[in-house]
Formats: sequence, structure tokens, C-alpha cells
Amino acid sequence: MSTSNKSIPVSLPGPGSSRRIKNEKPQQGFKALWRLMRYLSSQRLMLLLILISLLLGTAGTLAGNYLLRPAINNYVLKKDIVGLGHIALVMIGIYIATGIFNMLQYRLTIKVAQKTISNLRNDLFDRMQYLPLQFYDTHQHGDLMSRFTNDMDTVSDALNNSITQLLISSITLLGTLALMLYISPILSIIALIMIPLMLYLAKLIINKSKSFFAANQAALGNANGYVEEMISGQKVVKVFGHENAAIEQFEQLNQVLREKATKAQFYSGMMMPLMANMSTINYALTTIAGGILVITRGFDLGGLTAFLQYARQFGRPVNEISSQYNSLQAALAGAERIFAVIDTAPESETIDPLPMPAPIQGQVTLSHVNFGYVPEKQVLFDIDIDVKPGQKIAFVGETGAGKSTIINLLPRFYPLLSGDILLDKTSIFKLDRNELRKKLSIVFQDTHLFTDTVMENIRYGRLTATDDEVIAAAKLAAADSFIMQLPQGYKTELTNDGANLSQGQRQLINIARATVANTPILILDEATSSIDTRTEIAIQEGIDRLMQDKTSFVIAHRLSTIRNADVICLIEKGRIAEFGSHVELLKQKGKYYRLYMGQFD
Amino acid sequence: MKLSTFTPYTKSFRKAFLIIPFFVVIDVFCEIVQPRLMSIIVDDGILHKDINYILKIGLAMIGLAIVAIVANLCNIYYSAHASVGFATNLRTALFRKIQSFAFADTDYFSSASLTTRLTNDTNMMQQVMMMCLRMLLRAPLMMVFAIIFAVSINKDLSIVMAIALPILALSIFILLRKGLPFFIKMQQAVDRVNSVVQENLLNVRVVKAFVRQDFEKKKFDKVNFDLMDVATKASSIVVLIMPVMQLVMGLSLVAVTWFGGQKVMTGTLALGGLMSFLSYITQILISLMLLSLTFMMISRAIASGDRIEEVLEKQPSLTDTAEGLQNRYAITAGRIAFKQVTFRYNLQSEKPNLDNISFEVKPATTLAIIGGTGSGKSTLVQLIPRLYDVSEGAVLVDAIDVRNYQLQELRSQIAIVLQQNQLFSGTILENLKWGNEQATEEDIYAAARIACADDFIRSFPSGYQTLLGQGGVNVSGGQKQRICIARALLKKPKILIMDDSTSAVDIDTDRKIREGLKNYLQNTTLLIIAQRISSVMHADQILVMEEGRIVGSGSHDVLLQTNTSYQEIYQSQHLQKEEA
Repeated sequence: MSTSNKSIPVSLPGPGSSRRIKNEKPQQGFKALWRLMRYLSSQRLMLLLILISLLLGTAGTLAGNYLLRPAINNYVLKKDIVGLGHIALVMIGIYIATGIFNMLQYRLTIKVAQKTISNLRNDLFDRMQYLPLQFYDTHQHGDLMSRFTNDMDTVSDALNNSITQLLISSITLLGTLALMLYISPILSIIALIMIPLMLYLAKLIINKSKSFFAANQAALGNANGYVEEMISGQKVVKVFGHENAAIEQFEQLNQVLREKATKAQFYSGMMMPLMANMSTINYALTTIAGGILVITRGFDLGGLTAFLQYARQFGRPVNEISSQYNSLQAALAGAERIFAVIDTAPESETIDPLPMPAPIQGQVTLSHVNFGYVPEKQVLFDIDIDVKPGQKIAFVGETGAGKSTIINLLPRFYPLLSGDILLDKTSIFKLDRNELRKKLSIVFQDTHLFTDTVMENIRYGRLTATDDEVIAAAKLAAADSFIMQLPQGYKTELTNDGANLSQGQRQLINIARATVANTPILILDEATSSIDTRTEIAIQEGIDRLMQDKTSFVIAHRLSTIRNADVICLIEKGRIAEFGSHVELLKQKGKYYRLYMGQFD
Repeated sequence: MKLSTFTPYTKSFRKAFLIIPFFVVIDVFCEIVQPRLMSIIVDDGILHKDINYILKIGLAMIGLAIVAIVANLCNIYYSAHASVGFATNLRTALFRKIQSFAFADTDYFSSASLTTRLTNDTNMMQQVMMMCLRMLLRAPLMMVFAIIFAVSINKDLSIVMAIALPILALSIFILLRKGLPFFIKMQQAVDRVNSVVQENLLNVRVVKAFVRQDFEKKKFDKVNFDLMDVATKASSIVVLIMPVMQLVMGLSLVAVTWFGGQKVMTGTLALGGLMSFLSYITQILISLMLLSLTFMMISRAIASGDRIEEVLEKQPSLTDTAEGLQNRYAITAGRIAFKQVTFRYNLQSEKPNLDNISFEVKPATTLAIIGGTGSGKSTLVQLIPRLYDVSEGAVLVDAIDVRNYQLQELRSQIAIVLQQNQLFSGTILENLKWGNEQATEEDIYAAARIACADDFIRSFPSGYQTLLGQGGVNVSGGQKQRICIARALLKKPKILIMDDSTSAVDIDTDRKIREGLKNYLQNTTLLIIAQRISSVMHADQILVMEEGRIVGSGSHDVLLQTNTSYQEIYQSQHLQKEEA
């Protein structure tokens, strides 16, 4: 006879919910909860409405059930049909009002929850935009993505369901308890005898299933990781005829997963029915005791009827509270991970930045720069270079020598250990960071593109560029001809990180993007490594034109690309090994000479 | 989704499927008689003041509840085994299937999508199987029993049920029907949010360098708002099911109290009967609710089932031929011949990716291939170990069509260092052993030395035992390439193909590797794809490719004299040297 809010997940589980980790405990649950509440607090009026409708709805549900007692005692047993009619009308009124309050509560809760989650997502994304690169160097993409997907999902579930359900269940529990005590204190004691036992059992099962879920999750992670690797590495698997070995290994992982999953499913599955059955036993005990009370102590039948309903549904809020408490804990653990990112210090702001030198001459000076991604492991030693306005400087050296690192210091991606970098004799660390970056354009080694048209991908360099300017830039970068061959030319949508383009084509688009930016300083990090030598000759002219009047930094493996640099800097193990013009370095007959001659041995 | 696709994977759990309904029936029966027993206590025990009778029936109630616990535990035990086992079988089948796929098949699905199908979709199937085993029979059975008991108590009162039930069923149906399309839209909105985040993670340097934070935030704001909007709409509809159910249930209770109360007054219904009737009507409506939830889950799982089925039913497009299985040809010399080979990745495309290619490579000689991006060099070499099959013509190894070899023989004698190469999680040693499981430590060190990898591997604190993350993240590009070369060398292949596999290696090292190879693999036919003239000029034969065609072939000196394309490439790399 229950009309209480049973635990039925009314919203569909989100995309990541099947992978939800059910065994997590927040470190400082209260703090995370408090912060979530602060997010909610911007919608105070709505929260108040929710609380009111929640109270009225729950009270209505309890009252509707309670009215059965007077209905039976005062009217049915006394054969008062008019009175029965009246009370029936009152009950109808209560149920309809309850229905309306419940609808209101559910709808408002969803609105508030979705709004809050959307704010939370926005805050997380905003913060990600300003996190220093060290953060990205030390956190895997998958880990960050899972904060956006899995963790957000658990928090969203908690806001949509757990918090209100916990409130409703608690109120229902207290209300039921009060009514039970009101109807019969003795019967209440009997009915409550089972509760501690049930709670203890529930705790036991939850602990068991938590540990099995953790094991399940770990096994699932292993199997998934293996699958991902074997599928993405399919070519290598085929080439080495490794299919059967892969299947064998997978079956082992799959078996482990099976064992863990079976246990996890068994223990988590038995919670609900076991509690329901315990509750039935409780109900039977109460019925026996109630029956005896009616006979021996003249307890009223209507009272027994109402009491039995409460006794029957008493297990539900208990059950509900324990399971919602668990999801709330998982949600708070998720919220903590989200807040941990939001709380990470952003790239430091320059306090009272010096004015940007105007117009920019383009003199870049690296003065005794020492640097390490982590302080314990220095990778650049005493780099001391002065690049005059409009000069082209090229860095050569082995992979891992530190060429890219030097270039990554120019836009102030990382702080130095010591030394300074100056732009037109002003330390870049004293300039406004964004103003500084607006003066540089960089073509990176790994070329990723955005899901958008080719046109917009190039325009990314300068948002105000006209279509004509974009096309002119593409022509300069020798990208125009292949773009025109794409199905919709410049309007072609690039999807999946430009998967439909070759590596070389993506590099050309990146060069076009830097071209359209038209900044005083240009940085090319292996920008043409995947472009064949003839195309490279074709764009070389464009790049040369682009570099006119610009200070430019170039890294390339192919020495032909850097031959005409004003200065060439050979980096070895984080130090400048040789420095000078092409001709000077060849005359030295040092490392550069051997490197250069090696290309045509 | 056809059920027959999935039944084979439940075979080992036939017993569970037969035994589960048995436990469900016991459980349902035990639970459903409780209100009836309660009414007996009220009507026969209390009204007749018979305490013994009350105790007897009460103990029966407790006994039945304990039986129900046992039945439930058995049910869950078998359900967990069956549903997890089903998912396990499904995963194995999918993994085996995917291992049999050719690249065209993998490309057709995309590897990311295959991974989700094998993980998330299978998980969904497991959940739904568990839910079905527990609910699909239980809920309707509960309903049927409850209806029978209710009708047996009083036929007239059952009319209330006959009205309430269809109203509730219909409203749930309407709400779900209205809500589900929003959930599909919500899924798409989720994908869009994820893709913006993913791209920002990949492009973090670009965003920072171009100071486009505000631009990205605006982009994110939009997809985020869309998601919030559609999620709110979707949930707002489906969430109404609860209050609607509560309302219908409340009103039914009132109706039963009103009509039933009158019957009790006139003495045509016992009080206990009225009370248990109230219980049954609640039971029926809750069962209906659970049933609708199960259907909701199933409808979502069908989408997953379809995606799994699609993979299982896909026939691998490249397999051992009958001829290959019959004749166990072995590769002995390593002679390669292309006979008028034409190849298209996409059979519909007009322009072939390789157009009428013919050439021959003698055993133990070196062939180099040079040409622009997209000229078809990688495509060409991938036809030799049958990573793809030719569209027209034939590729011969030792004068036998590659399609007439067993794939295993073919691929074990041909090693290829791919352009997009990959290392796997595990130690460097384990990765190298992919080349040859039986390789001795000496073999491995020797191969690593040839690939110029030994020195840097030993410089790591754990040397050959150094752990590599997924995709070998903790070694540089050049180091990765050298490990991949060593891995291929360990196969001691008859044919070794190197597809631009030293592009991230500096020129000095590149030369050292090439020189080492000559001595190490004296009886191996070598195919080298490269961008640098210096890497190809010493080959016995050089092919110059352009737009899927061979536009020149011969030795370095000959090509330099006669071939304009080669001259151009040479000029582009060599011009500066002359000046210097």
C-alpha cells in the first residue's frame, strides 16, 4: 500500500555510468558537499520552492496513508457512509495536491541540477583554459576527460536524485516513525527491533560489494586498456602475426574480469531483495504482535491497518537512505576530483605589467637561461642568445637535445629556473602574458586541427581575417591547391582531428594559420617534417616571404630548410654547442659540418 | 537486433535460464501471499480472538519470507553468473572477430568505435541481461498473481484495477515515447561537449599560443548550454512518471477504500479482505512500473545490441584462401614481383591509389622507393604481406601469388617497420620479443645494436626492463622508431620493409643503421621508403613514384641522368650543398 517515493531511477543513466566506480570515498566529503551547495545557492528561490514542494509532497503522501485509519475506524466500522464520502474527498484532494507538489519538485530539481552541472562544467572548462602547461604535461588526457564525463555524471546523478531522495527518505522515515509511535508505541518497538539487524546486514553487504566492485573496476580497466591497445595497434599485430597471442592474452584478462564481475554483481544484486524480504519478516512479526494486541489490549483495527502499512514500507526509506548515501559518496568523490582541477592555480598573472613596447622591433634575447620541466631535472643550461629584429635563427641538433624546449619558453609556457628572456629589452615575464602571445605565431610539431571548416581552422590565427585573407594565406603556404581538391573546398568540414587529411596537409594548414596571424615573431617547430621535399621547396618561397621583416625561430631536421638562416644554433644535451651562420659553421668543420655533409654522403 | 545472433553466447548457461524461472515463481508466490495471509490473520484470527491461529499464520508468513530469501539468493547467483558469463562470451567473440578483421574492416568501423562496442556496449548488454533475468519474468508474474488474488477477494472492486491499470500503462507509454527521442538528442549533445573538451586538450598549446581562451569558452558555452537544455527537457518528461504513478495509485486507494468500505459496511467484504486488496493494488502498479523501466533499459540496450551485431556479422574481407590452406608454400629466397598491380582503397573511387605497377626485386638486394606525400609508396609495400589485397594484377613472392600463401607463413617471413608504428604496454624487452618469442638475450642486444637502440636503452635506469606506457609514451619519436626497427630485425625475415621508419632519427644515426643492416641481413631482400636522397641513393634499384604510378626506376646514377622527377627531388635537397 505504499505510495512513498520508491527508489526507481527516473532519469536514464548517463553515458559513463556503466563505468562508474562504486567504491570511492571522498577525502573531505563535507567540504565538497559544502561547495556543491554553494553552486546551488545562486538559485536560492528555486531551492526554497523545491524544499517547500518536497515537504508538502512528502507530508501529503504520509497524510494520505494515515487517513486510512480514521476512514476505517470512524466510518467503515461505524457504517457512516457520508463520513466515508467526506474523508474520501479529502484524500482525493490530498493525493492530487501531493501529485502536483511532487511534479513541481521533480521538475524544479532537474532544472536546478542541470543548471548547476552546466555551471560546474563551465567552471571546469574555463579553468582548463588557464592552467599552466605543466599541468597538462603531468596529467593524462584520459584522466581529464573522465572528470568531464564520469565524474560529472556521478555528480549530476546526485543532484538529480540522491540529495532530494535522501531528504524525502529521511522525512518519510521520521514521519513514519512519528506516526507509528503515535498509533502504538509498543508495536513500534516490535517493528523497530529488526531495523538495527537490517542496517547491520546492509552495511555488511555494501562493504563486501564495494570491495568486489573495486576489483571488478580494476579488471575492467585492464581488459579495456588491452583492447584499446590491440585495436589501435592492429597493423603491428597483423604484421607480426600476433593475433592468436593477443586472443590468448585477452581471454586471460577476460576470465579475471568474469570472476570479479560475477562476485560484484552477486553482492550488489542481493542488497535490494534481501532488504525487501527482511522487511516482510518484520511485517509478519508486527502483524502477529498487532493481532495479539487487538485481542488482549483492545487495540483498534483501523490503527492496526494503518500501522501495518507503515511497518511494511518502513524498510524502504532505510534501504533508500543507505543506497543513496553510497551514490552521494561517489558523487562527492567525483566532485572533489573536479574541484581539484578548478582549484589548481592558473598561469600566474603579471602584476602591474609593463607596457608592451610599441611598435615591436622584434629583438629577442635569451639571457643565461636555465630551465627544467621539473626543478630536479634541468634540461637547458645557460642558453644565451641575442636575436636581432628581423633575423632568422635556426636550431639544429638531435631529438631530445632541447630545441623544442627553447621555443616553448618564448610564449611563457613555463617559468625559468634562472636567467631571463627579453623582448625589445623588456623581460617577457614583466609583460602581460596574453599581449605577449599575441605577438607570436607558432607552428607546432604535432599538428592537431579543430572540428570546423578548413576556412575556420586557418582563420583561427586571426579571427578578424576576411575569407580573402585566409585564402591568400593558404596560397602562400602552398595549401590552396589541395584544399581546392577537397569536396567542398574551404568549406570542407574537418572531423576527428582532420583524419581525412595527411600529416603533410595538416602541417600546411597549420602554416597557413600562422601566416594569417601575421605577427612580428614567427616560430616554426618541425613545421615541414612530413612534407615532401618538392612541396617544401614550393612553400619555402612563401615562408621566406612570410619571414621578411619578422624575427623568426625555426627548428628542422632537414638542414636544407635552415641553411639560409642568419644564425644557426646547434644544441647538444641542453647546451649551445655551435653558433654562427651556415658558412661560418661549415668552416668550423665541427658537428654541424658532419651533420650537413651526412645528408649527402 | 536479432536474438538469434546472441543466443550462442548463452549456451553455456542454459541451465541457469531453465532454473531461474523456477526460483522466480517461488519468490513471487512467497511474496504475493503475504497480504492474503495478513488478511486471514485479521479476519479469522483477530475477529475470532484466536491467538494460536494468529501465531500459526504469522510463522507461516515468516517461513515464506525466509524461503523467498533463499530463492532470491539462488536467482541472483544464477543471474549474475549467466549475465556476466554472457558478456564474457560476447567480449571474447568480438575480440576474436576483430582480430580476424582486415584493415578495411577496421577502418569501416573506426578503431575507437570498435573499442566502445567491445567495452561499453557489452557492459550494457550485461546489465540488461541481469535486469531481464530478474525482472522480465518477475514483474508480470507478480502482476498476474496479484490480479488473481485481488479478483478472488472481490470481483467488483477489481473494476478499479481495470480502470487504473490501462491509465497508468498508457501514461507511462506516452511519457517514454515523448522522452526517448530527447535522450537520443542528449547523447549527441554529450558527444559534442566531449569533442570540444577533447580537442582543447589536444590543442592546449595552440589555444594558449594564439590566446584563444575566450573564443574556446564561447564555443564550449554553446555546446554546454545545448546539453543542459536537452538534458532538462528529456529528464523533465521522464521524471513525470513518478508523480503520475503516485497519483494514480493514490486515487485507486481512495476508490478501493470508498467502494470497499461500503462493501464492508454491508458485510459483503471482510475488513481483512479490504486491507489485502489495498496491498495488491499497490503491488500491481509497482510491478507495472518496474516492467516499464525494464522495457526502457531494453530499448536502450537494443541500440548496443545492434552495434555488437554489426561487428559479429561482418565478414572479414581478407582471409586465407582455399589454395593457401592447401599448399603449404614456404618463402625461401625473398624475390618480389609486382605484375600490373592496380589498387583502390575504396572500390568506388575513380582514380586508383596504385595504377598498373610492375617491377621486380631480386633476392637479397635493396629496393628504395621515393616520391611525394600521397604518391602511394606506403600503399605499395603493404600489399606484399597482404595487409591489403590488390584490386587487379598480382603480387608474387618467390614466383607465387601472395594470396596462395598461408597468411601466417607470409607474414612471418616478411617484416615491416610501419610509418605509424606502435609499441605496447610492457617492458622494452617484451616489446622486442614480439619479433621473436624465442630470441635469446644475445640476439636481442645484437638487433638493438644494429638499430642503434642498445645505447639509449641501457642509459635508462632499468635498461631493457624499462616499462613503456600505452603507445610508448615515455620514449622520444626517434627512440621509438629505433626500437621498432630492432623488433622487426628479430624476426630475421626474408623480406624487410622499412616505411619511412627513420624520419625522426638524425642523419648520422640513420646512416649508421643503414650500414649495420647491410651486414646483419645479408640474405634479406630490403625495401626502403624514404624522403631523403641520402637514404636511397645506395640502393640497388630505386623506384620514383608519383600519384600512384612509377615514373622512374633504376640506380641513383641512371635516375640522376634520365629522370626529371628524381632530379627535382635531388635538386631540392642538394642545391644548397653545392652552394656551400
